[in-house]
Amino acid sequence: MIHQKSFTIALAGNPNSGKTTTFNNITGTRQKVGNWPGVTVEKKEGSVNKFGYDLTIIDLPGTYSLTPFSIEEIIARNFVLEECPDVVIDIIDSSNLERSLYLATQLREIDCKVIFALNMADLAKSRGVKINAKKLSELLNVPVVFTIGNKNEGINNLLKEAIKLAESSSEIPQERKVRYNRDIENSISKLQNLIEQQIAEKLPYNTRWTTIKLLEDDKIVKKRILEKAGAKAEKIFQEALSQRLYLRDRFDDEPEIIMTDERYGFIAGIIKEVHTTSTKERIDISRNIDLVLTNRFIGFPIFFIFIWAMFQATFSFGAYPMDWIDTGVSFLSSTLAGLLPESLFKDLLLNGIIAGVGSVIIFLPNIMILFFFIAIFEDTGYMARAAFLMDKIMHLIGLHGKSFIPMLMGFGCNVPAIIAARTLESDKDRILTILITPFMSCSAKLPIYIVLAGTFFGVRAGTVIFSIYLVGIVLSILTGRLFRSTLLKGADAPFVMELPPYRAPMIKSLLIHMWDRSKMFLKKMGGIILIGSVVVWALSAFPRNIEYSFDYNGEIEKIKASYETEIKSGNVDNKILEKKKDADILEISRAQRAEQIEKSYMGRMGKTISPLFSPLGIDWRGGVALLTGFVAKEIVVSTMAVLHAAEEESDALKNALLSSTMTPLSALSMMIFVLLYLPCLATVAAIKRETGSFKWMFFSITYNTSIAWFAAFFVYQGGKLLGA
Amino acid sequence: MLLSEMKEGQTARIDTVGGNSVLRRRILEMGILKGTEIYIEKYAPLKDPLELIIKGCHISIRVEEAANITVDNVK
Repeated sequence: MIHQKSFTIALAGNPNSGKTTTFNNITGTRQKVGNWPGVTVEKKEGSVNKFGYDLTIIDLPGTYSLTPFSIEEIIARNFVLEECPDVVIDIIDSSNLERSLYLATQLREIDCKVIFALNMADLAKSRGVKINAKKLSELLNVPVVFTIGNKNEGINNLLKEAIKLAESSSEIPQERKVRYNRDIENSISKLQNLIEQQIAEKLPYNTRWTTIKLLEDDKIVKKRILEKAGAKAEKIFQEALSQRLYLRDRFDDEPEIIMTDERYGFIAGIIKEVHTTSTKERIDISRNIDLVLTNRFIGFPIFFIFIWAMFQATFSFGAYPMDWIDTGVSFLSSTLAGLLPESLFKDLLLNGIIAGVGSVIIFLPNIMILFFFIAIFEDTGYMARAAFLMDKIMHLIGLHGKSFIPMLMGFGCNVPAIIAARTLESDKDRILTILITPFMSCSAKLPIYIVLAGTFFGVRAGTVIFSIYLVGIVLSILTGRLFRSTLLKGADAPFVMELPPYRAPMIKSLLIHMWDRSKMFLKKMGGIILIGSVVVWALSAFPRNIEYSFDYNGEIEKIKASYETEIKSGNVDNKILEKKKDADILEISRAQRAEQIEKSYMGRMGKTISPLFSPLGIDWRGGVALLTGFVAKEIVVSTMAVLHAAEEESDALKNALLSSTMTPLSALSMMIFVLLYLPCLATVAAIKRETGSFKWMFFSITYNTSIAWFAAFFVYQGGKLLGA
Repeated sequence: MLLSEMKEGQTARIDTVGGNSVLRRRILEMGILKGTEIYIEKYAPLKDPLELIIKGCHISIRVEEAANITVDNVK
């Protein structure tokens, strides 16, 4: 076998330049989606074997520039600087040459091997834009290839050129780079000389580039210089500062702004030579669609119809596969129950692992459908319009228009909602959105409200439940405003956002999108859920040797024996007797289960912390139910049923609750607590994943639970004062 | 005249781009430069943000950010 050469190729480009489409076309399904280290920006990597070479393709985040402001830009720049890909392919939107060239010139300055892909040239041509590729290639000394990403044209040619460039060892001639005006060039050469004097060994990056970045006061480059030069860095920084001051004085503006202008000046020169437009009056379909979709009067109604349709599909179509999975899980569980002998392991497997993991897997259909819709919104370009419509409202909370979708999804399930916050570019916006999403009352909490409100508020239950939801929304707004002015201070990310032309989505990329994100959900949630479920199971299953206050087994034997004699006597119909026997036994074993939970570690914990709950009017049973609700909110109702030794879906639980110490007021207090307290395990895991830190996870848990406690406290104690 | 004061359907030429350094640079990098022709496509239903067409590109920008940009030759 011949030894194969391998190259790393990075794809760079503006958002909406067709970069992802090109990436999908090159790699097909052989791609890995993960996160860039330490941040939650998706990193896509794929590998192909082409022309006898192993090619690793990296899809860099879409950016307009390499100025390190946003996470995406930092990632893209660092990758090019630190990982030194063999070739960078810059995907250029042909109908937007000028802006695309801004990124291109920055890539050139870094001193990496660049190749331009003039993408969607067919579209540009139909708009009357002609680009002289040969001239462009000469002027910048860069290979230029025409591609049509969505038709998979020119891709092979592009890869061939990329390989050729990677194999070549040519240095990039200086004169093909941006030249600044005389004053700036003087400052550059002064500072560059000083750097070369001070630092003997080679700098990690191109010296001219480093110098320019120092003049632009680039924090990241400064840090690198400090690491490299140590004490000598001070002198360099001082010179940079004095040059900056000089330039600011000279031009009456920040040096970085002047340099941005100069780059555009350089680009304008190129454009003049390679770009011709015949101003054809064209019919802009995209603009016509927008006349309807962002219309002053019907824009919002249409938006809400889309959102409603998404929800409808997610939670009603999703219900069918959910049922299948549920049936599958119970089938597995009951089959294993029949096969395995009674043991601790069996209990762990069935009630811990299968029950726990099953409760998460069940969300998979929801998540897949939801992500399919989000992929449609993103790929067609509608997501940007949604942000355009909602921005005013969201801005009041200190958020970006795009935050609306994750927050709304929170009413369904917080887990996909938090993952959907990925669509937000700014880190602060993303964290803030993630922190307030749990206040959106998810669908798993609804059964709890139905039981409590239904039991204690009768006909007014609907109004009460609606108010609970409202409380959640109000608190999320207050929280948003509070955090924006304290913890996550700082200006909002500027809302300068492109509204890309509408495009018909490609089914292939929709599916890839949907599956990647769902896979992530499965993989990452799985581990944490598994551990969490086992811990909760252990807490409620141990200790094993409980001393029961009552001889349940003896009683069961007694019942069996007494029925046995009656059946033998043959006076009454055996079937009726059998049924009665089973019912009696069930009642006893339910009482036994209630006492077992009461005396388990979980029950003891509930009793220990009951002083915390009593000011809220919640008894220890409610406390234990709330504790188990950490695994999944669905469990709260079933735990309450177990503790009251009543069947779940019957009037028995209702009667048991009515005869307990609970009052309408304490039920209200408990509902408020359920609304606000710590999110379920899957959500907590999602928060950890998406914020990338345990800090925010613990913060969210603590904040939510304390808000819940205080809110419930005010409701209960306030209500008592008012004599409710 | 400020960009934020323009009405739907008007065109103008960018004169200066102000505001803090990060915002300015972001705006410049999106291609909103001195001397560029802009067209006000529309305001969002709630009057904020607004949508511009600049060299065939549709860009939305908040009114408060548009207030940092001055324009001339308004038509």
